Amino acid sequence: MSVSPPVARRRRSRRDPRRAVLVALASTAVVFGALAVLIVNAPNWPLVQHDFFDPAKFQESLPALIRSFGINVQLFLIAEALVLVLALVVAILRGLPGPVFFPIRALMTIYVDVFRALPGLLVVYLLGFGIPGLRIPGVPVDPFLWALVALTLLYTAYVSEVYRAGIESIHPSQAAAARSLGLTRFQALRYVVVPQAIRRVIPPLLNDFIGLQKDTVFVSVIGVVEIFRQTQIKQSASFNWTPYVATAVIFLVLTIPLTRLTDWLVARDRRRGERG
Amino acid sequence: MTTPVASPAVRLVAVRKSFGPLEVLRDVDLEVQPHEVVALIGSSGSGKSTLLRCVNLLEPINGGRIEVFGQDLSADEVEADEVRRRIGIVFQAFNLFPHMSVLDNITLAPRVVAKLSSSEANDQADALLERFGLIDKRSQFPDRLSGGQQQRVAIVRALAMKPELLLLDEVTSALDPELVAEVLALIRELAEGGMTMLIATHEMGFARDIASRVGFLDGGRILEIGHPAQIFESPAEERTRQFLQRVTAAGRL
Repeated sequence: MSVSPPVARRRRSRRDPRRAVLVALASTAVVFGALAVLIVNAPNWPLVQHDFFDPAKFQESLPALIRSFGINVQLFLIAEALVLVLALVVAILRGLPGPVFFPIRALMTIYVDVFRALPGLLVVYLLGFGIPGLRIPGVPVDPFLWALVALTLLYTAYVSEVYRAGIESIHPSQAAAARSLGLTRFQALRYVVVPQAIRRVIPPLLNDFIGLQKDTVFVSVIGVVEIFRQTQIKQSASFNWTPYVATAVIFLVLTIPLTRLTDWLVARDRRRGERG
Repeated sequence: MTTPVASPAVRLVAVRKSFGPLEVLRDVDLEVQPHEVVALIGSSGSGKSTLLRCVNLLEPINGGRIEVFGQDLSADEVEADEVRRRIGIVFQAFNLFPHMSVLDNITLAPRVVAKLSSSEANDQADALLERFGLIDKRSQFPDRLSGGQQQRVAIVRALAMKPELLLLDEVTSALDPELVAEVLALIRELAEGGMTMLIATHEMGFARDIASRVGFLDGGRILEIGHPAQIFESPAEERTRQFLQRVTAAGRL
């Protein structure tokens, strides 16, 4: 008799969501607080702080870094728009049926294989330095343009595979139903298969876009003063690493919300799948 | 009852179909006249569904010939597409488009294939939905409907293309027993309206009721075909008798 009431109370309180939040907050504060104390009291902390976390340097470099980041943002926004469309075209061309289209299928397969295999930095270098270096009249020499082409080629290859997986995941009975209503093969793709496939591949697609956004720093090697190049300039002027930390923070602020959104979409799809 | 016409709605001549080494249809001959309802019965795997899918060109045949309204389906693809527009098919698993509302499911083909304007297609769809008691479901998505409602929408979707021939592939087999009746009532109404239909079914009572002729498929062959009363009461073939006995024992007749 005397034992059962406390047990019951504990059970009830464990289910209490407010209490759960408080416990989580408290334990988080303890763990992170302990970590902070440990780091700040480490023997070499003042040296590390001076070189990496100098508040004055941080403030001083931030505006220039954000300005240069505009180049990266332009680059990935244009590339993402192009990739979204071109990758779908590649995926559809790769799925064309029949022997007549074998050369197109083969061409697309080679393209995807090659650009998924090559290091991104190599492609940026090859196009950004190599092609302007040919000095062919009429061929543009703007490094921004070639950086855009390189990133688009690289990520179109990745994303076309995402689309293809999505298209193949739609049960053939959907296409059969559309075809039996008189829709052509292309119309069945456009109105029935692709819209369902896109819905399914949004999370992996966003994942590839996160990769693309980070890979915009590659274009620093061909002379585009984007955020990474700007960071190097700031660092070499002061021999202090804080600008790199500032750049890291800028990428975190951009990318973490996107990764959270992707996780949320994946979780939502899973819940939907369970419902039937 | 059926007046003799120049070309039947469907004519199969020695149709053969195999999946790898498995022969699913062996020299099948069949004619369906306009306004006739032909029901195909037989155990699972006897080739009923495959036969329907071949008529609608969802499966290529390996031999023989299929004519629909006198046109040979083995002709080149564009012509075959034209013929297919005159044929509607309804599947066992409904195959509604899950990303579209009921209305969009129905109006897609009229808009895209028949090139109706949106308002024409909507009016026509509304008239069909009204007629079959589904008008209150017009903006719902398929996953909000019962199986019976989904299958009725699938039939309406096929009807929206004004088919001259309707193929029904075991359309009640995926339904809970209490939902079968609403779908059968709809099909009965179509039969009474003179729709030409080729039906693969496990519903013997229904086949007997509405079919002009019933064919028994066994091992990829039409073993016998005739008036429902003849097939169900005095089948000529031993295998037909055995099949009907099994079905009766299972309480489906």
